[in-house]
Formats: sequence, C-alpha cells, structure tokens
Amino acid sequence: MQQAEPPKPYLSLWELFVTFSRITLSSFGGALFWSRRGLVERKRWLSEREFAELLTLGQLLPGPNVLNLTVLVGYRFAGWSGAAVSVAGYLGWPFLVVIGMGLAYQHYGALPEVQQALAGMSKIAAGLLLATVIKLAMVLPRRVRPWLFGILAFVGVGVLRWPLLWVVGALAPCAVFLAWRAKD
Amino acid sequence: MDDRLDLGALFLHFLALWFVAVGGPSAILPDIHRYVVEAHQLLTNREFAEIYTLAQVAPGPNVMYVTLIGWHLAGWAGAAATTIPLLVPATTLTLLVGHLNERYPNAAIFRAVRSGLMPITIGLMFASATILMRAVNHDWRGYVVTLLTAALVLRKSWNPLWLLGAGALAGVAGLV
Repeated sequence: MQQAEPPKPYLSLWELFVTFSRITLSSFGGALFWSRRGLVERKRWLSEREFAELLTLGQLLPGPNVLNLTVLVGYRFAGWSGAAVSVAGYLGWPFLVVIGMGLAYQHYGALPEVQQALAGMSKIAAGLLLATVIKLAMVLPRRVRPWLFGILAFVGVGVLRWPLLWVVGALAPCAVFLAWRAKD
Repeated sequence: MDDRLDLGALFLHFLALWFVAVGGPSAILPDIHRYVVEAHQLLTNREFAEIYTLAQVAPGPNVMYVTLIGWHLAGWAGAAATTIPLLVPATTLTLLVGHLNERYPNAAIFRAVRSGLMPITIGLMFASATILMRAVNHDWRGYVVTLLTAALVLRKSWNPLWLLGAGALAGVAGLV
C-alpha cells in the first residue's frame, strides 16, 4: 500500500450489503472463488494484490477465512457498520437457505439425487478453487523468497500431509522476519 | 428435543473451537464430528454425513453445515447456538486487526506480515485445491472435468454457475 495509490472509495452500506448478498448466493461449492470474482473482477474494489493481502490477514485470524475477509472489506470501505452489513449479507441468506433445507430434510430425508448432484458439482468446484489459486499466485513478486515459502507450505501440507499448525508454525515466523529485514 | 442436549455446552464448545480455528473451517470439522457424533451421540454418523452434504449443496460458505447441525438438534435456538460462535472471532479479533491495519497501513509489522505470509497463504490454498481435487475425483474422467473447469475459468469469462449446474445434472445422470 504505497502513498501514491488513489484514495479508496467510500461505499454505501446498501451497496456492500447487495454485493456480499450476490457473492454468497452464487457461492456454490466454496466462497473463495466468488468473493474474488465479485470484489476484484466485477466491482474492482480491490486489486489482485489487495485481495491477496486481506485474504492473508483473514487466513491468519481464527474463523472462516472468507468471513474474515468480508469483515475486513466491509470495514475498509464503510467502517464498523460496513463490516456489520457485509456480514449480514454474506451469512444471513445462507443461514435462511440451510434452515429451509433442514425443514425439507426433516420431512423427506436426504434424497440420493442430492448426493449425486453434489458429486458432480464438487468436481467443478475443485476446478474453480484451482483457478482462483493460480490467479492469486500471479501477484507474488517474481523473486526466489516468496516462491520458496509458497512451495514449502504447499509441499508440507499438500504433499507430505504434515499438520497445518506445525508447517505454519515453522514457516511463518521465518517469512515475517525475512520480509521485515528486507523491508518488502 | 433431546434430553441429553445441553445448548449452553454446545454453544461454549463451538465458541472455543472457533478461537482455535486458525486455518479455517476444515481444521475443526473432525472435532465437531467427535463432539456431536461420538462424545454426545446427538447425531448418527449417517445423519452427520447427510447434513454436511445438504449444506454443501446450498449457496454460501461451506461452513454453514454448523447451522444445519444446530437446527436439526433444537430448531431456531440450536441454529443460533452453533452459528453465533462462528461470528465471534470475526467481530472481535478480525475487526480489531482490520482497524489497526487500516489505521497504520505502513507500519513495519503489518507490511512484514502481509508480504511475508502472503506466499504461505497461497501455498496452503494450492494444497487445499489439490487435496480437494484428489478427494472428489475417483477416476480420470473426474480429473479431466476439474482441470478443464480450471482452464475454462482462467481463459473465458463465462458465468461459472452454468458449469456448476451442468456438473450437478451430470452427477444426477450418473455421467461423472
């Protein structure tokens, strides 16, 4: 975040509510893809790098990472009440939808078709997540250190399947210290 | 609904879980399963799996299965008891960090955290994407569908809801 960047726009609460409602109601098979598409591609409220930075903070904090991202974005553009309406839009609709599904489940049980539809959708959703991560990786500086840490985190958790806390606990302090020393 | 169900204990357990849920909802799924299925026998294994599946089909974050578990156990009060804890870290810690980050965007510590941890976050998400890809695909056709989806989304600006709908229909028809 350099000083040269244009001042961030101040968004209306209604606009935040509608945008996060749209994001969440499109979010089949995971919310990360739709958040990036809504905030970076459609609304252009955040650059790719700002999105990746806020997501990093959201990931670092306890709780669901995209929910934390929603709080951070709402707060950035309209303060405390912006965070509140963004969360209301983001979680309110899914809350009502799953309760509707809960009612249907109590009456009809889970149909086998639901399981089959999910099996089909989950293959597409995995592809959406993969595409999102590839786009996010494009914002990393073309230098050895960031890519080294990214690859170590991937190999530790994704290939060797070591516990997340060990991998992050070992890598994160080194990464922050080196970034602080290098004044990135 | 159930004599053994103590909503206050359920609320506190979920609250404690969310404060240690660094790494997101998938990190605490095994513990929620242990609590509601094994330790307290509030749900059977089959009910747990069906509820989880239903919530995955619904729009919104995948974490909403916790709401559905609460609703199934005790209606609206149960849904509140399992959903409100989810919001607590986001409305306390996240808002506090967000406030400091916006107020002091050039503080050395925030710059170092953002730029130092961003590669790790991206590496972890790439790990999630590949683990998910292996979990949902059982044969080469599945991998082709997943990789083709990623390639299409990177190159075309089609609305991916059509792809998801086609995937759901193909699943019901037994094609994938």
